[in-house]
Amino acid sequence: MTKLSVTFICAFCLAAAVRAETMRVQVQNGQVRSTPSFLGQVVTSVPYGQAVETTGAQGPWQQVRTADGKTGWMHSSALTTKRITAQSNGAAVSTGASGNELALAGKGFNADVEAKFKADHAEIDFTWVDKMAKMNATPEQIKGFVKAGGLTQNGGAQ
Amino acid sequence: MNNLNHIALFGCAVTLSLLPTGCSTVAQYSTMAGEAAGVITSDQAASINRTAVAAEKTVQDITPEQEHYIGRSVAATVLATYKPYDQAALNQYLTVLGQTLAQYSDKPETFGGYHFLVIETDEINAFAAPGGLILVSRGLLRCCRSEDALAAVLAHEIGHVEKQHGLNAIKRGRLTSALTIFAVEAGKNLVGENLAEVTKAFEGSITDISSTLMNSGYSRSLENDADAAAVQILTRSGYNPQALVDMLTEMKTRLASDTRGFGKTHPSPDVRIQHVNGLIGSQPAAVAPAGRQQRFDAMLAVIR
Repeated sequence: MTKLSVTFICAFCLAAAVRAETMRVQVQNGQVRSTPSFLGQVVTSVPYGQAVETTGAQGPWQQVRTADGKTGWMHSSALTTKRITAQSNGAAVSTGASGNELALAGKGFNADVEAKFKADHAEIDFTWVDKMAKMNATPEQIKGFVKAGGLTQNGGAQ
Repeated sequence: MNNLNHIALFGCAVTLSLLPTGCSTVAQYSTMAGEAAGVITSDQAASINRTAVAAEKTVQDITPEQEHYIGRSVAATVLATYKPYDQAALNQYLTVLGQTLAQYSDKPETFGGYHFLVIETDEINAFAAPGGLILVSRGLLRCCRSEDALAAVLAHEIGHVEKQHGLNAIKRGRLTSALTIFAVEAGKNLVGENLAEVTKAFEGSITDISSTLMNSGYSRSLENDADAAAVQILTRSGYNPQALVDMLTEMKTRLASDTRGFGKTHPSPDVRIQHVNGLIGSQPAAVAPAGRQQRFDAMLAVIR
């Protein structure tokens, strides 16, 4: 094997490794937990579109380091390798990259479009949709519910 | 247009069929060449670039955030027909059960999370809006004889969310213009014609999904997918997956005299029972503690 091809392969592997380390949060409020489990304590939250560095994995859980240096675990369904770019100060973001990969947080079908939809359809009431969005079970409630119901205590381990 | 541009566009079409993700680059180079040669205007170039980007757009390009907003409007549209059942304790029980089940799915986290609400109708029905807003009718709750049966219903709806079946109900071509505007105008605030066009696509998408949920229903294949996800969730969480078969059997009896709701929008329970039985195989059923049935009976007493 020539020196050139070894260099090329090394460069390729390095590039692949670097690419695998950065993922972006694809949920509104990405929760970083102390252990790879939904029962793990929430260490910090990372908003939609923000990048985290992945440093390891256990099943569907990714070990991550946030931009401000906090570490913990995030479920892989909350993360994507696609580029979701949080817009800063209204500055335009280049579309030079592939349009397939670039998605701007807060752009597209968003709160503004929903507001226009509401204005055009007075008969459609969002009161209960907003109420639903606030209806949540606490981690303690889920833990108690699983135990009392004799269910399997490893949600999110699959 | 001269021959050079015909060749450039034809080249793009061929590239598109072979390498769908690479065409915008080809088109951009082609239009740059066209502009440089002075044979097309910058407006024409922008239009060609838009067409190339549009050809690549699919439901997969809908971001989780956009799916969330689509789901909110779909749920609001369904709630314009079906009144919410304002029983805090029952809705909270449904929320705890549903959010617990979601943790065992392949997609436990969505942009805005899974949320559950009972709707006040005797129709046997349930709706899953994109992103995780799930509505279950009082009539369907009355069909459930155990928490396992109710878990089967919710797990099936979580399956529809997990597999993004709602988004796939959006008619082909409906999103092309909107997603193209998002790609080409990225970074700009939508105004005027662009905002109007995007809102039109949004409204159309809401109509497509709501109409599928309330009138036409999903295909048998998508229902089978949701049933498969449900069996997986039930098995992982420790509920008896046989409860899905029991539930479908109960619905079969009740739906014989009711062509509304599920009876109208879902394939025959017999077909689904056969499919689910094939998935479950001969797994031994877990023994449920008495407390599971007791809390279920206590919570559902309000609707009996």
